[in-house]
Amino acid sequence: MRTLSFLAALAALWLLLSGYFDKPLLLIFGALSVLLVAYVSHRMDLVDDESVPIQLGWSIVTYWGWLLGEIGKSNIEVAKAVILGGPNRIKPKVFTHNTQLKSTLNKVILANSITLTPGTVSVELIGDSITIHALSDRAGDPSTIAEMERRLLKMEGSAT
Amino acid sequence: MAEFNDMIAPALPIVSNILMLVGGFFVIVGSIGIARFPDFYARLHAAGVTDTMGAELMLIGLMIQAGLGLVTVKLIFIIFFVFFTSPTATHAIANAAYRAGLTPFSSSTKEGRIRGQVEDD
Repeated sequence: MRTLSFLAALAALWLLLSGYFDKPLLLIFGALSVLLVAYVSHRMDLVDDESVPIQLGWSIVTYWGWLLGEIGKSNIEVAKAVILGGPNRIKPKVFTHNTQLKSTLNKVILANSITLTPGTVSVELIGDSITIHALSDRAGDPSTIAEMERRLLKMEGSAT
Repeated sequence: MAEFNDMIAPALPIVSNILMLVGGFFVIVGSIGIARFPDFYARLHAAGVTDTMGAELMLIGLMIQAGLGLVTVKLIFIIFFVFFTSPTATHAIANAAYRAGLTPFSSSTKEGRIRGQVEDD
């Protein structure tokens, strides 16, 4: 199943990037290169639940949609800090967040989501604790991070 | 369909131009922030504005200009790759600075200092 999804993703990527749909010779070359990449990845043990995370399913798409909204909000917050400045908007702080997420992949998704939202950058991820640098109290709202984790926990719970 | 041609089609270039202009605005804001913020870590936040809001709004604006087709699909790929790679790169830089001992700026200390550096006041 995982190998099949990997092959399908590679084939779709090749087709969409090249745009050749009606040239048999080129399509054969494309199929060969897809198979070659799949074979090499298999030999290197690259095809696992981290490189082809199909266990996340469709819920990751809803998560991305929600995350986009959060990114928009915090972008405006940071843009305000740039334009208006002031000690209230630029008051950097460092804090740690202890996560209950179990799989490494979900921890990385959480840390990357934190970094992707402007105003917070995950500085270090060791074991269960993420060290976060935030621009200010307003931009680095711990409740947003808690909400991210809640959504990811729900996803982890439904996946296993 | 007639409605699409009459009402929506003429509005699309305007919408796309507005999106690209707003994207450009956020790129400029991010660049000013990089110059304005007090220390290395805070500047990362400003760079994040350029990465996310600026680049994405411009790409969405371009997608509207390109219409339905392969070009739009490729632009979606670009958005995907930016969303995966930019936080990873930012984290790598921040982590390197943190491990090297650069302490973040806070209101109590004057500026970001290297840990263990001789205090010269």
